[in-house]
Amino acid sequence: MSTFRAIVFASVISGFIVGLLVTVVQQFGTVPLILKAEVFEKAAETHQHEAPATAQPAAAGHEHADHDHAAHDHGAGDHDHSGAWEPRDGFERNAYTAAANVLTAIGFALLLAGFFAMRSGATGRRVSWHEGLLWGLAGFAVFTLAPGLGLPPELPGVPSSPLLSRQIWWLAAVLATAGGLALIVFRRTVPAAISGVILLTLPHLIGAPDLANIETNVPSSLSHQFVTAVTVTSLVFWTLLGGLTSAVFARFDQRA
Amino acid sequence: MSQSQLANAQTSAQVTLPVAAGQLGRLSQAVMAMVLGVFVVGMVGFSHIDVVHNAAHDVRHSNAFPCH
Repeated sequence: MSTFRAIVFASVISGFIVGLLVTVVQQFGTVPLILKAEVFEKAAETHQHEAPATAQPAAAGHEHADHDHAAHDHGAGDHDHSGAWEPRDGFERNAYTAAANVLTAIGFALLLAGFFAMRSGATGRRVSWHEGLLWGLAGFAVFTLAPGLGLPPELPGVPSSPLLSRQIWWLAAVLATAGGLALIVFRRTVPAAISGVILLTLPHLIGAPDLANIETNVPSSLSHQFVTAVTVTSLVFWTLLGGLTSAVFARFDQRA
Repeated sequence: MSQSQLANAQTSAQVTLPVAAGQLGRLSQAVMAMVLGVFVVGMVGFSHIDVVHNAAHDVRHSNAFPCH
């Protein structure tokens, strides 16, 4: 089997399994908190409709424009942005969540298995499940911990700086953390380690785009619970994905 | 070993597995798969298209991707 096919097969299989498992975990962890926060979000929107453009500066404009149509487009309990299609609450919404989880897991598994193929090509031996798990932990650090330091997981209804600037910082944090870790792990010299640590800290020295004034009626205890839930769920996701993808890839990646 | 295999082994010292003639190297195949992975994650997690955002909304929040 060609390397590409082995990577894709392994990623689809493990991504499917991990995506579904994580969907179950989310139903107990993050999703109930999102639904609770949306109640506050809805309340805030109704309030904004009654008294627009009061206390909230920059972010309020953004939030307001995005969420404006909620009250009249959809019934209670729906989550809305601009009147575009969205899944109905309940089964439909959870089905799309499961599908998106599976796709995300497959995407990240493709990345992991790509590295596994490179590593096993370079070293001449297969990547073990244990090594895969360590790669999964690296993924957790790169994609959750590092960006989460500057941009903590957010509940709906919590105002934040403009989306694009946050996405750019998120991506920069991911790239810098991945580069920093790679320098430390694969180039075992002192200068490389120092540059690695500098790279790891750089995005946080620059700082994530932030709002000076955050006003939200979402309780901070709820937000704190959400940060914990997201981080723990992500840890489960990445360790499962790393271990499983490496094991399945090793099976498909038979030597000719 | 065929000539193409020899050439392959010479151009890329990293490739230790025998590579069939006419097949892309292991490295480039891995890179292709990774580009595909980045595309999939980018679409689900970062697309600004409303419909995509709404479908993947809970996942974006649960993965701490920047949302809204």
